[in-house]
Amino acid sequence: MPANRSGVALSDPAWMRWLLIGTALAFLALFLLLPLVAVFAEALRRGFGAYWAALVEEDAVAAIKLTLIVAAIAVPANLVFGVAASWCVAKFDFRGKNLLITLIDLPFSVSPVISGLIYVLLFGLNGLMGPFLKAQGIQIIFAVPGLVLATIFVTFPFVARELIPLMQEQGSEEEEAALVLGASGWQTFWRVTLPNIKWGLLYGVLLCNARAMGEFGAVSVVSGHVRGYTNTMPLHVEILYNEYNFVAAFAVASVLAMLALVTLVAKTVLEWRFGAELAATRHK
Amino acid sequence: MSFRRRLSLLAAGLTLAWLGVAAADAQDNLLNVSYDPTRELYVDFNKAFAKKWQAETGHTLTVKQSHGGSGKQARSVIDGLDADVVTLALGYDIDAIADAGQLAKNWQSRLPNNSAPYTSTIVFLVRKGNPKAIKDWNDLVKPGVSVITPNPKTSGGARWNYLAAWAYALEKNGNDEAKAKEFVGQLFKNVPVLDSGARGSTVTFTQRELGDVLLAWENEAYLSLQEFGADKFEIVVPSLSILAEPPVAVVDAVVDRKGSRKVAEAYLQFLYTREGQEIAAKNFYRPRLPELATQYAGRFADVKLVTIDQTFGGWRPTQEKHFADGGVFDQIYQKGR
Repeated sequence: MPANRSGVALSDPAWMRWLLIGTALAFLALFLLLPLVAVFAEALRRGFGAYWAALVEEDAVAAIKLTLIVAAIAVPANLVFGVAASWCVAKFDFRGKNLLITLIDLPFSVSPVISGLIYVLLFGLNGLMGPFLKAQGIQIIFAVPGLVLATIFVTFPFVARELIPLMQEQGSEEEEAALVLGASGWQTFWRVTLPNIKWGLLYGVLLCNARAMGEFGAVSVVSGHVRGYTNTMPLHVEILYNEYNFVAAFAVASVLAMLALVTLVAKTVLEWRFGAELAATRHK
Repeated sequence: MSFRRRLSLLAAGLTLAWLGVAAADAQDNLLNVSYDPTRELYVDFNKAFAKKWQAETGHTLTVKQSHGGSGKQARSVIDGLDADVVTLALGYDIDAIADAGQLAKNWQSRLPNNSAPYTSTIVFLVRKGNPKAIKDWNDLVKPGVSVITPNPKTSGGARWNYLAAWAYALEKNGNDEAKAKEFVGQLFKNVPVLDSGARGSTVTFTQRELGDVLLAWENEAYLSLQEFGADKFEIVVPSLSILAEPPVAVVDAVVDRKGSRKVAEAYLQFLYTREGQEIAAKNFYRPRLPELATQYAGRFADVKLVTIDQTFGGWRPTQEKHFADGGVFDQIYQKGR
């Protein structure tokens, strides 16, 4: 529509537009692109052979595996929780709803280091449940369960935060209609609710996964840093860096960076491919 | 349906495989919780010991390693990190674990030489050519000299650094405590950043290129020369330093629960053998064994060393006075800010 093109907002002089665009691009290049390039440049400084060797090294493989295991437990857990919580918040009215929403948001506002310490205080040998667990031979912190718990805590809000506004906007008329037509609760969920939220859900899961794999602070507190056993990728990067093994440190870091890039691409593809559908479900 | 069955079979198979791995793993393994700069030392040492253990018992041995600031590592063990052995930077950190009831209070007398199989000391690492002409401790308090040391609250090496400076000031000022406090206070005014462990500080100095001088473990300083080349840094040995005795101990509560006492004790005793001592010396730790001490004497500077017991009356009172909350370090560091 030509009328819009001559609108007030676009009538700034050309130099102004270029200045703004230039600033934004320079900023992006400086803070996003340059570090990314630096990571890969450092990782490949001694050639692809050294890069590959660093990635297939025993402890690096263990770190990559551990990160995948932790994410494979934490992300589905938060997926189930996120859907349940946003279903509950969006479709029902009850007392204490705002309190519940605030609680869901809590991990966003708590420093990750504190999140880790919570688990040390709970499950540590001097913690509330530590002595009991030790007597049963159950190890929570400084082992995989602790890493999983800390990761779940930190990535708790991602799915729920994504779904709550979406489901609130969609309202519960469709579900009501389904129930009136004789569908069971389960059928309603699978046939009506889930198709409506699937793209938002996928988006939330992507973000959740990215954070679960990249988390450093909280897992650092509960890990115990046992090489090859309780080091996730971000922790392994720190160890390698501290051992003056810069090529290996950046090689593992580059894997994390690639995970981030894959997430970004997946998100863009989602938006590009299903953007219309996404917008449609939002405005039903 | 058959797909589902196959899936559940696969899951069962995976579980079994995992259990199998866990069972094989459980045979002989040790967790050594250590402080920061011993990474390279224990890579070599663990290999040698595993070989010896295999030859003697036929068991394969996996030694797991955890490294970090000494105080932080002690804290993790107290909180339940299952360390069979601890090899920390100073006695007090193992005392703290003993106080938590996880090993006998007399741990330090269970092995020779105060349970410290190797020693080290504190030296200065400066940039090539020593542009700020740093020769001794009194050069560190001059205005415009930036000093890198880790945080004495979390790092063992940093506590040795602090005490070495204190000992120097005592000697220069006729044992005047107030003067020593002022001197160390001046020194910490020149510290722009406190990392939590020795290795963090080394990276700050060598990689981030902050500071004019790094107060470092002797072994850490030599390792930096080896890693980055002698054309970048120089070691300066002060007129007086402290004999740092990084002790080792078996954590009774853990080895008795896991049934790993035998291998844990053999592991620590191996540190005192000729082979163990040689590995320590090669990694720039001062060996205890007299013949090796002579053999490697050229490697280590002949410097006047005070000891924690003689100058400070042992670790417990020192920790209490200097590094506890509200102690001397807190007082001077707060004031310096």
